[in-house]
Amino acid sequence: MDMKVAKKLGLKERYTMMTRDLAWDTTYQPMDKVFPQVTYEGIKIHDWDKWEDPFRLTMDAYWKYQAEKERKLYAILDAFNQNNGHLSVTDARYINVLKLFLGSTPPLELMAGRGFSMVGRQMVGAGPRVACMMQAVDEYRHCQTQIHSISNYNKFYSGLSEFAHQQSRMWYLADGKSFFDDAITAGPFEFMVAIGFAFEYVLTNILFVPFISGAAYNGDMAAMTVGFSAQSDEARHMTLGLECIKFMLEQDPDNLPIVQRWIDKWTWRGTRKLASVGMMMDYMLPKRIMSFKEAWEIYFEENGGALFKDLARYGVTVPKCFPQTIEEKEHITHQSWIGFYMKPDAMSFHTWSPSPEELDWLSEKYPNTFDKYYRPVYEHWAKMEKAGKRFNNKTQPMNCQVCVTTVKYNEPGDPMTTCFRESIYKGEKYHFCSDHCKEIFEHEPEKYIQTFITSHQVLQGKCEPEGVDTDAPDFKPGSHMMEYWRLDPDVQGDFNGSLDQKNFAAWRELATKN
Amino acid sequence: MSITALGPYEFKSRDAVENYKGKQLMYVNWEKHRMFSRPFVIAVEPSLKFSELIEKFVTPAYEFHPDFAQIDWSKVVWQNSNTPFTPQLDKSLAENGVGHKDLIRFTTPGLDGLNGIGY
Amino acid sequence: MSNAFIAFQKNDETRCIVEAIVEDNPGAIVVDQPAMVKVDVPGKLVIRRSTVEEKMGREFDLQELQLHLITISGHLDETDDEFTLSWQG
Repeated sequence: MDMKVAKKLGLKERYTMMTRDLAWDTTYQPMDKVFPQVTYEGIKIHDWDKWEDPFRLTMDAYWKYQAEKERKLYAILDAFNQNNGHLSVTDARYINVLKLFLGSTPPLELMAGRGFSMVGRQMVGAGPRVACMMQAVDEYRHCQTQIHSISNYNKFYSGLSEFAHQQSRMWYLADGKSFFDDAITAGPFEFMVAIGFAFEYVLTNILFVPFISGAAYNGDMAAMTVGFSAQSDEARHMTLGLECIKFMLEQDPDNLPIVQRWIDKWTWRGTRKLASVGMMMDYMLPKRIMSFKEAWEIYFEENGGALFKDLARYGVTVPKCFPQTIEEKEHITHQSWIGFYMKPDAMSFHTWSPSPEELDWLSEKYPNTFDKYYRPVYEHWAKMEKAGKRFNNKTQPMNCQVCVTTVKYNEPGDPMTTCFRESIYKGEKYHFCSDHCKEIFEHEPEKYIQTFITSHQVLQGKCEPEGVDTDAPDFKPGSHMMEYWRLDPDVQGDFNGSLDQKNFAAWRELATKN
Repeated sequence: MSITALGPYEFKSRDAVENYKGKQLMYVNWEKHRMFSRPFVIAVEPSLKFSELIEKFVTPAYEFHPDFAQIDWSKVVWQNSNTPFTPQLDKSLAENGVGHKDLIRFTTPGLDGLNGIGY
Repeated sequence: MSNAFIAFQKNDETRCIVEAIVEDNPGAIVVDQPAMVKVDVPGKLVIRRSTVEEKMGREFDLQELQLHLITISGHLDETDDEFTLSWQG
């Protein structure tokens, strides 16, 4: 027999009862000892109860909806894999997007999960604590589901199996690692601005559009479904980041300059991190949805612009880097692909020369810059490749001390000149890619002098596989990089002529004929 | 400014010169030849002659570019970061004032990359 | 006036939700993209439970939006009856 159910509580009532009413102030130990990290950054909070999750999501509802998402996700993944879905993608070049994504994203989801677990532990209010806990669980879920969805490709294609080993060793994965290491070693409020606000709210839309929609457009149902399942959590994450900003600004006027500095810093760090996402949109998707520049205009300039216009009532101004990012949107994806193309032996994904049709698409999308600066480079390289001299730059890169990307961006206002900045701290010279990274360094030099720059560590003899005697007289640093990286020999070299290219063509042939 | 931290916070630079076993880091950039994307870094002895730097490191790094063969080395303009200097080719890096983590930039007048567009 | 927006995965449920948004928000602009749909409304975007229920022909809990959401823009306020995104200024 059905039980008689009492009248259902309203959303607001239920949220209050299931979050704040379940929390208590400690009495055996003083609160400031139980929550030791919430004051040292200088953020002043007077009333934690003023924080409310606008979604008003309670744990019971959270489990219910998340379980539903998982069921849908794994049903689709099974169907895709059972049906040899990997052969339905547009072109084997597309799979390189997954290789870059697997190396760069799931490990960062894991770091985000760790970060929100730590921050959730430190937040005094029950509202943010519960929201951080949900986000931590989400991030762990994203890490797992992304790995699961791509694992089927690992049975067929090169360069996927050692992503976890490579994450902290590969030169081009260092920017994302550095971003999260910087955030997680900051205090709880800075972490919230770094990840919850700057990354989730201001910048991740740039990732949603190329990655999910791009995967769908290129026939990859596995990545599409995992992307969707993850992104359905993102609206909640964005809301948490924005709430945190408003909460700090409403609690005390002294919080404004601290929050503003964090917004400036993390919007810039996120912008640098996204250069490779933009490159994926412009160069790596065989079918393109929109250019990086167009995505930047919609999601950063318009949407970010709306956000900062709204926050102006608290005294917040647009991030200092805003004008520079607008100038750079015309350049950074091209500068990134140039940097990757020239290292065919040192990456876990393939690169290639854009086809003539692709060059025309880029000219159309970047009328101010592409034909003038970048087309001649690609045409020259294609000519050299035909002559059997595919470009392979064997040198080691110079990297920015803060964002750890290679120093490859142009001087603002001068696309022909590389931008260099430097600073002397305690007698040692440090180099940066931009004014913004230099400023971040100069605010906290004690932190950034410890930056792990792969090329420097190689030269110190610290990037060697086990068993290499770095004190031997004939020791040459960096002579075992392939073993150190555990780089699959099949993923080295240009896409043209690769094993992936041959296999994909052969398997597709088998899929359509007896 | 200095860092806001929970406790005493003092760490060494990860790239201090003593970590390089008698060598020093240096960066080299060929200006207006951005096809190479970024400068390269090497660890070398301060006693390395400037001529050896050109022969052993600069040449193999940059000879892929069609401009390289046309360089008139007597006309090259050198800078240490933003400061112009005239290197003595038969003297060492140390004698030429090149220290740990210095960035050596060189410009080749008249050679400004493919089509003269800086690449 | 800045746009508030919301994006959903494209499926049968969100087809009804988007229809409800268009009905309740004059000036709504629907943008179709591969596998997703984005709706922009100047200033303020409201999703009403009653309108969604009418379109779906069943009861609907606004928290079910969680299953289909991709991204939002604007300050959020959610009650049992309305899900609102808005910008000031």
